[in-house]
Amino acid sequence: MSQLSFDLVIVGVGGQGTLLASKIIGKLALSAGLGVKVSEVHGMSQRGGSVITHVRVGDAVHAPLVSLGAADYLISFEALEAARAAAYLKEDGIAIVNTQRILPMPVITGAAAYPADPLTAPPLSDHVVEAVDALTLAVEAGSQKAVNLVLLGRLSRHLAFEEEAWKHAIASSVPRATFATNLKAFEAGRV
Amino acid sequence: MDENKLISAEQFGMPSREPQLMLGNEAVARGAWEAGVHVVSSYPGTPSTEITEAAAKYEEVDVQWAPNEKVAAEVAFGAAMAGARAMTCMKHVGVNVAADPIFTAAYTGVNGGLVICCADDPAMHSSQNEQDSRYYARAAHIPMLEPADSQECLEYTKLAFELSEELDTPVFLRLTTRISHARSIVKQGKRESIPVKAYRKDMMKYVMMPAMARKRHVHVEKRESFLSEAANQMPINEITMRDQEIGVITSGACYQYVRDALPNASTLKLGMVYPMPMKLIKQFADQVKRLIVFEELEGLLEKDIRAAGIACEGKNLTGLQGELSVESIKHALLGTPMPVASGVDLPARPPVLCPGCPHRGVFYAVSKLGLRVMGDIGCYTLAALPPLSAMDACLCMGASIGMASGAERAQGKAFSKGTIAVLGDSTFLHSGIAPLIDAVYNRQSITVLILDNRITGMTGHQQNPASGLDIRNQPAPAVDIQKLCESCGVTHVSIVDPFDLKAVEKVLKEETERDEVSVVIARRACALLERSTIPPYVIDGCRNCGMCLKLACPAIERREKQVVINAALCIGCGMCAQVCPFKAIKEGVRAV
Repeated sequence: MSQLSFDLVIVGVGGQGTLLASKIIGKLALSAGLGVKVSEVHGMSQRGGSVITHVRVGDAVHAPLVSLGAADYLISFEALEAARAAAYLKEDGIAIVNTQRILPMPVITGAAAYPADPLTAPPLSDHVVEAVDALTLAVEAGSQKAVNLVLLGRLSRHLAFEEEAWKHAIASSVPRATFATNLKAFEAGRV
Repeated sequence: MDENKLISAEQFGMPSREPQLMLGNEAVARGAWEAGVHVVSSYPGTPSTEITEAAAKYEEVDVQWAPNEKVAAEVAFGAAMAGARAMTCMKHVGVNVAADPIFTAAYTGVNGGLVICCADDPAMHSSQNEQDSRYYARAAHIPMLEPADSQECLEYTKLAFELSEELDTPVFLRLTTRISHARSIVKQGKRESIPVKAYRKDMMKYVMMPAMARKRHVHVEKRESFLSEAANQMPINEITMRDQEIGVITSGACYQYVRDALPNASTLKLGMVYPMPMKLIKQFADQVKRLIVFEELEGLLEKDIRAAGIACEGKNLTGLQGELSVESIKHALLGTPMPVASGVDLPARPPVLCPGCPHRGVFYAVSKLGLRVMGDIGCYTLAALPPLSAMDACLCMGASIGMASGAERAQGKAFSKGTIAVLGDSTFLHSGIAPLIDAVYNRQSITVLILDNRITGMTGHQQNPASGLDIRNQPAPAVDIQKLCESCGVTHVSIVDPFDLKAVEKVLKEETERDEVSVVIARRACALLERSTIPPYVIDGCRNCGMCLKLACPAIERREKQVVINAALCIGCGMCAQVCPFKAIKEGVRAV
């Protein structure tokens, strides 16, 4: 269902470019005249740790953070991080998950095991999960850095913003030289 | 850097005067600019860093990174004394470093307005403690404003400059992580034209010797009682009556949580958290049945309110730890079950040193040699985690050297042969020089390892006095760290390339053996700064011995029967090839 008031949580691994995704949605909401708050993680976690960005869009947004069990959407740049953030989703919330796996250090050292399939096991299996091979689509679009735009493209299917509005928000958020690639990646995720 | 230029908003019909989505930190910078600020001097520290970075984008403002928060505060104070509007920004622990000038600046007062921004970090997202800066306002008798969103960040910064000049005092602007790093919509204004005031010698006001300071202390007290009274009429301290069953006194991010969690509760939102508007609080208390204070960190407001004879609740409901949230407030007051976070049984993902990080080789060698490490604040603190596990202590900026000296005093000279003090270039310049002098002067035999990556890394790459660049990336004089150490009296200063593992190991062995203070400078630029053009390494003929995994490189993964290098992450530093006993790791083929 398309809607213009929603809570979104974006998670991933520090360094994956999650901040660009929230920036674009923020601009989109702003240009549509909606209230919006975005809460970001800067600092230590950006060095390869779990990162989370909260995006709240609507007319009466107070808290800058999405409550647990309240998110309409979860975008995850990495499979394990999607499972970690599943509790943010409301019952009928939708998870859009990049199937890419990045092994955390405890898995690399053998101290812990990466779950067999985090997308089909609880807690994510209690929700609608849209798995996207965003890395492959991004590379096909011209840059592995465009994973964020592929995932945004997928999210755009659920939101009532017009395609032109998305384009403007993307154009005003990315370097001019990468606009074409980013737009291609967005469209690859949207179709 | 043309390719980094953004397509301007105007091209898409969004004139820049339209409301913008801004970080709280960016809005503080905007507010300072609108208030006509002339000088900003800061030392980076999460979550405060982006204020000064954003200020540097306004060409009218003279913006600089200082070597530490004390210097930053002194430069800002000097500018204010000399008639300019000035601001200094720091994280909560930075206020500890700057406390000395700040406490006495409260006595002297100002000429041009002086605003001190301090950003607290409840829940310690990127900090070593949860100290509450509001104590500083009380201890130093300096008024403190606390905004609750980005628009208020802008407006309160402007108000802070006005109050500063009107009341002849520095003014604190207190932020927390969820204000600094949250984006919300901001309506922007124009820059006020504020001329720099004339400089005037005034010994009674600015020379703080006992005779003058005694008189200024009287001024401080008068100012505070005046403001305590005026606070009751300040519009930023605002009562909104809703349901009278519950009345909440709160400020900052907590106000936003309260509005979502308890939409019907009456609120007294404090825009100024010190001094407190006690008459207004009494008036509010009289109108509600149950009075609750929601505040993060210490129960300061609550204690003061109770001390004024007004009954209230607060920390008994929420405790002193971490951040509040919509969920925790609902849980505390309505008994709503606290939602359980998922993932407790999933593998954790702690932050790690990046692929190609020059610190990695150093700590690999340190770990191999089994040295004790007196650590410090920076990206390299991550070496404390497994598998490097190469850190014994980390206290505060620059403490590594003093800790190593103290440990030698306790355990004897032999102890220092198995111990090093490790800190970064920026941390060394921040507060490592005085303890190095101390070590030489007091005949220690410690070994200091300076990880010189030419930048302040953890906070997001801010220039420092050894970078050769200023905050606007313009060429600047660079401190020669080697000569600096030599002139402190260190006779053995070596320089090593941290990518050369054998050389690092050799120099550490030699220098720790010495019976005098020695310094090793491991010099190579941060991996995120100088993008590698070397193709990713590949493994051919892996025997699965696991030696390369000891490097703790996120680009190296163990699969079932062999180790592989993740080409998407590898930047080709080649350290793994040096540690592979079977020479199975080789430089990859350059993509066409």
